[in-house]
This record gives sequence, structure tokens and C-alpha cells, in this order.
Amino acid sequence: MGGVQLTTIVARVWRGVATVFLVSLVLLGLGPADSVAAQEDGGEVSGSLLQRNDDGERVGVAGVIFRAFDESGAEVSSTTTAEDGSWSMTVPEGTYDILLDEQTLPEGVSLRNPDKNPAQVTLIDGASKSALFPLGEAAASSVGGNTVIQLIVDGLKLGLIIAMCAIGLSLIYGTTGLTNFAHGEAVTFGAVTAYLLNSTGVFGVRLHLIPATFIVIAICGGAGGLFNRAVWRPMRRRGASLVAALVVSIGFSIFFRYVILFIFSGRAKRLRDYQIQEQWDLGLFRLAPKDLVLMIISVAVLVGVALALQLTRMGKAMRAVSDNRDLAESTGIDVERVISLVWICGSALAGLGGVLFGLTESINWEMGFRILLLMFAGVTLGGLGTAYGALFGSIIVGLFIQLSTLVIPTDMKNVGALLMLIVILLIRPQGLFGRRERIG
Amino acid sequence: MDWGAIVQNSFRGFIGEPFIYFSLAAMGLNMHYGYTGLLNFGQAVFMAAGAYGLSMAVVTLGLNFWWGLLLGIVVFPLLLALIMGIPTLRLRADYLAIVTIAASEMFRIIARSPSLDRWTGSSDGLTAFANTFYDFNPFDKQKRYFFGLFIGNQMWVVLVGWIVLSLVALIVWMTMRSPWGRVLRAIREDEDAARSLGKNAYSFKMQSLMIGGIFGALGGMFRAIGTQSAQPQNFITDVTFFAWVALILGGAAKVGGPIAGAAILYGILNFTDVFLRQLVENDYIPESVMDGTQVGQVRFMLIGLGLILLAVYRPQGIFGTKEEMALDDR
Repeated sequence: MGGVQLTTIVARVWRGVATVFLVSLVLLGLGPADSVAAQEDGGEVSGSLLQRNDDGERVGVAGVIFRAFDESGAEVSSTTTAEDGSWSMTVPEGTYDILLDEQTLPEGVSLRNPDKNPAQVTLIDGASKSALFPLGEAAASSVGGNTVIQLIVDGLKLGLIIAMCAIGLSLIYGTTGLTNFAHGEAVTFGAVTAYLLNSTGVFGVRLHLIPATFIVIAICGGAGGLFNRAVWRPMRRRGASLVAALVVSIGFSIFFRYVILFIFSGRAKRLRDYQIQEQWDLGLFRLAPKDLVLMIISVAVLVGVALALQLTRMGKAMRAVSDNRDLAESTGIDVERVISLVWICGSALAGLGGVLFGLTESINWEMGFRILLLMFAGVTLGGLGTAYGALFGSIIVGLFIQLSTLVIPTDMKNVGALLMLIVILLIRPQGLFGRRERIG
Repeated sequence: MDWGAIVQNSFRGFIGEPFIYFSLAAMGLNMHYGYTGLLNFGQAVFMAAGAYGLSMAVVTLGLNFWWGLLLGIVVFPLLLALIMGIPTLRLRADYLAIVTIAASEMFRIIARSPSLDRWTGSSDGLTAFANTFYDFNPFDKQKRYFFGLFIGNQMWVVLVGWIVLSLVALIVWMTMRSPWGRVLRAIREDEDAARSLGKNAYSFKMQSLMIGGIFGALGGMFRAIGTQSAQPQNFITDVTFFAWVALILGGAAKVGGPIAGAAILYGILNFTDVFLRQLVENDYIPESVMDGTQVGQVRFMLIGLGLILLAVYRPQGIFGTKEEMALDDR
């Protein structure tokens, strides 16, 4: 089914006394390929009506009646969906309203967008057209107690990924004072490298995602260290102003982003492994196994980073440099070494964050830039320059983004987080954990 | 290779429509950064305010063109300046940078959202709002003007653009010689010193943000009128940095700096654009290396590289002086 567009809509249907079953319905764009019947002065309107059954398989919905009305409102043709859900009608050239007779839908199945029924279709030059009738309940109508819990779980997942990416941003800011706008590109770079290793393959070998991830972490860490060595250390040596550094980081952000676009193209792509997974139904919410693993990895990494910062010599040195660079230097800490390690670790974490984000959603050339702004929101909320602040701030931002979809349309969910950024600066500019002197 | 087309397009870049849009935007940035030291990374949103102020007034609200001008040049940019300025102007410079760049992203999401299609036209944007402007066009639509560079409608946009540009430059020149302008520069040099002399730095910075924003809105409005459409794609985050490169290239804190910078920038961009396209079309560059759609991406890479190289090697730009204002100052 080439060019088929799928979206899964989860609808909860209660039936009988104690029987609960979840029907996950699939919205299907229709593959025109197999039914092109070009005629002299007419064409074919076709489609197939599918839903997802209890086992997660896509099955056709049979016996549903479609009718075509011309512009005067007269019925021109009608048809009934076959066993596999497919249907087609041959009509003369012109514009038609294609109506799905909702009376004939099986019980518990409904249109996702009832206001888009009938759908208007225009046929020219005998081309065949497909008409889209997504099944399933509209997202807004399924809001209930368990949806909130589902959103909280999704929000935690998003927040953990943002946190992992943001720690580097915050530590680099803390140790060098640089607000690194190019940090988002480290995330994209990680995701794209994972895609190359896992989906495209290098020298004909397509690595499994798990070893690929380790390679990505190494490459991103190395690239971050190199970036620091080649660009930022010389700039610090020259005593470049923070504003100049900021502008340079923006320049790199744009440059890297468009180089990635140039090489990777603008299409969103997916990793090869762990793409399609059956979600577990845990009563209150649903979760794919990969999401659980992803959250465990994130928590483990974040706890690991926190422990390292708290307990190891290097971690203490990082916090010391972050607190007061001059004082740290005078106590014999090799500040440049600390900074270089911060760049390596921060970029490696961002790369890992990119892989995890690519695992939950798709990979595209500007994903890092989008996440960067969420990182800013998280880091500002937690307090710029504090490692733990970045962590908590990011998780709150993730939760906020997902929960805000209860109120605002899903395609605008990130706006909430960015608005929050502005509001925080208004009320408590130092963030939850930051200190006053950093902001003046 | 059609060298005539290359030369003609490069020259068009020096004086044509994009030069006007971006020199206006860069003059706004000059007010923000060059004279006041504010890091506005969201000039694209001010441009969008001008474009959408006009087009939404005419298309969505059904008002006439003149109300559109008022909304686009005054109301929208001032509101925007208040929203972005109030939380950040008391804080360190990079907070304004973060908030303004976040505002560009918010604009992109909101303007493209299908749920607001009724208001904004979502990703297709709005069209057919500039008829009144073209009704005044004294040029013949069929003829070419100015060495054959512009057809009638374009000539009208460019001519009005040049006039507005000159007026804005005059305003900047006069205000910067006034006491008000001296206070702005004092704030840029040492905010604490200016405050200790009893100047309300916060209020002055807000005024600067508003006026520079209005210049940006003018640029954006011209872009909407010139292309006869207000589309989210024309005001994405990266658009801001075209104006930044123009400003730093020409030299910040010089009245003519952004104008010269925008002219040179668009001369270079148009040259590389046409030159690369010709190379691709004539197969000097094989398809496997670069195709036609990728040529457009090269200009963004050049903007990124330009920012880096200017900041590192020539922070005062071509016409600026290090003593007055350079990226490397503080």
C-alpha cells in the first residue's frame, strides 16, 4: 500500500456488563495504485475503510454504504464496502459530495470527523480520486480520567528526554557563561547519525539500534569535544564577549541545521528498529514497551549524572567551576579540562536524547531546534546554570506540554511551554532553583 | 552560462525588494542592538506583525487598507514589544534573546495551525489585501522600468520602499543626534552609569524595542505587499538572521550600516543563487552533489557562516568602527 497514511486513534468502548475492550481505530489514506481505471469522460472514486481490531490488526469494515451526489444534489451512484473494506464508484467528470452513510457503520465504530462527511471530490480528466474517511473518535471527545493519566505518562516521557538534552546546555552555560544555541543541532546530529547507522546502513551494514546508540553517543561526545577545542576554546582565549559568542553559536546552529537539511533532505524519517510495537494496556494508561525502556534509560542516565556530579571529583569540580570560575581556578582545578569534559558529556547526552526522541517520534532536520526552545523553557524554569534545576524544569515542561493538549489544539501544544517561559521570567526570573545574581 | 542574467540578478539584489525588506528590518535591529545593546533574535516576529497586521485587518476583519496600516505598523508591533520586553528588559541580555527566539517559534506554530485557519489562513497564509496599494501604482504594469529590472508593480513597491527607507534613515539619524539617542547609547555603554544619572533605563530600552520593532514591521509589511501574500514561511526564525547579517556586515550603530549591509548581502546572495542554479542547470555540478531545490538551502548556510565569520573576524562590520560599536565589545 504505497503512499498510505496512517494515524491510530485510540477509542475506549465499553460493551456489555463487564466486558471492556479497546478498539484502536485506524485512519487510513487510501492507496490509489491498484484501482486506477481511467475512463474517457469519468473516473473512479475509491477508498478503503479500515479499523484496528483487538489484536491490533487492521481489518476492513464491510457493509458500509457510500453515496455520491452531484452538484445539484442528485444521487449519482452508491456502493457498499467489500469484506476488506474497499469501495469504489465510477462517476462522470465533475464535483461530487461523497457521503458515508453513518447508519450502516457497525456498532461502536464512528467517524473521527463527522463534520467532514460528506467529503467533496473533484474529478478531472478521468483521474481516479480517493476519499478519506478516518474512523475513530475525535481526540477531544475521548477526554476522561484515564486520558489525564495517559497525558501525564506521555509528558514524563517527553520531559525526561528534554531533561537529558538540557543538562549539557545548562552545564555549558554554568561553566562558560555561553548560551549555546547550537546545542539543538547536537540532538539532531545524534538522531541523524542513528538513522544512518540503523536505517541507511554504513558500508552496507545496518547496525541494530542498541550498538548504534553507543556509537552515536561516542560520536556526539567526540564532536562536542572537538567543537569546544576548535571553536570555543580559542574564543575564550581571545576574551571574546558573551554577545559575540552567542552570535557565533547562532551562526553554527543555522549552518549545521542547513547542512543537515542538505544532506538528509527535508523529509521526516524513522528508525528501522522498534518502530511498530503493540502497546500494553495497563488499565489507566497505555504504554509501548520501547517507551518504558526509554523512560528507564532516561531515569538511569539522569540519576547517574546527578550522582556523578555529587560524588566524583570531576563532578565536584564541574559544580565548583559552575559556581565560581575564578575561585575554582585558584584552588587548583584545571578549568579548561572541566569545560572540555562538560562539552563532551553534554553533547553525548544530547545525542542520546536525539536517538530517544527519534524513537518516539520521527527524525527530521529541525527537530533539535524545536527541542532547543523546550530546553530553554525547562532550563529557565529550573534556573539557568543549575544542573538539577534543568532536570526538574524540563520534566515540568514535558508534563505541561502534554497536559496543555486538554485545553489547546494538539498542533499548538508547544506554544504553552514557550508562553510558560515568558511567564516565568515575569514572575521569577531566576527560576525555581537559580540564584538572583545570575540574572541581572 | 548566462552571465547577463547573473549580473542582472546580482544588481537587482543590491536595490530590489528583498534589499528593502531586510534593510528596514536591519535598521530596526540597529536601533535595538546597535544603539541600545538589546539582543533581539526575533525580528522576524516584528516583520510578521507588520505583514499579518495588514493582511488580517483586510482579509480576516474586513477593514480597509488604511486601518490595516495602523494595525500592522503601530498596534501589533507595540503589543509585541510590550509582551517580549516587560519580562526581559530588566534581565541579562541573553534572556531577551531567548524570549524573542521563542516568540518566533510561537509565531510559526500559531500561524501554521490549521485550527486557526479562519484567522490566519494557516500555512497558505493570506492573500489579496494589497489591492489599494497597487491602485495607486502610476507605472504601467506591462512595461519594464529601471534598466529593465522591474515590471510596473515591482517598480511601484521598490519606489515606495526607497522613499520609506530614506525616511526611516532620516528618523534614525535625527533621533540619534537628540538627547534621547544619547541616553540610548549611554545605556548601551554602561547601564548602571545611565541609571545613576537618573535615567529610567527600563523605559528607554522599551521605547527602543518598540521603535525598532516598528521598523521591522514596516519591512515585513513591504514583504507581504511585494509578494502579495502573508505566509508563515516568510517569517520563520531564520529570517531574523538575514537582518542580523545585514546589520553586522554593514556595521552596527551607523545610520547607513544596515542599508549598505543589506545591499551587499543581497548582492552576494542573489549572485550565489543564480550562479549555483546555472551551474546545476548546465551540469557543471552533477545532480548527485546538488539539485535545484538544494540551492535555496545554500543561502541559509551562507547566513550561518556569515554570522560566524563576521563575529570572529570583523565584528565592527565594513563601515563601523570598533570604538563605537562592535560585536566583541562587552
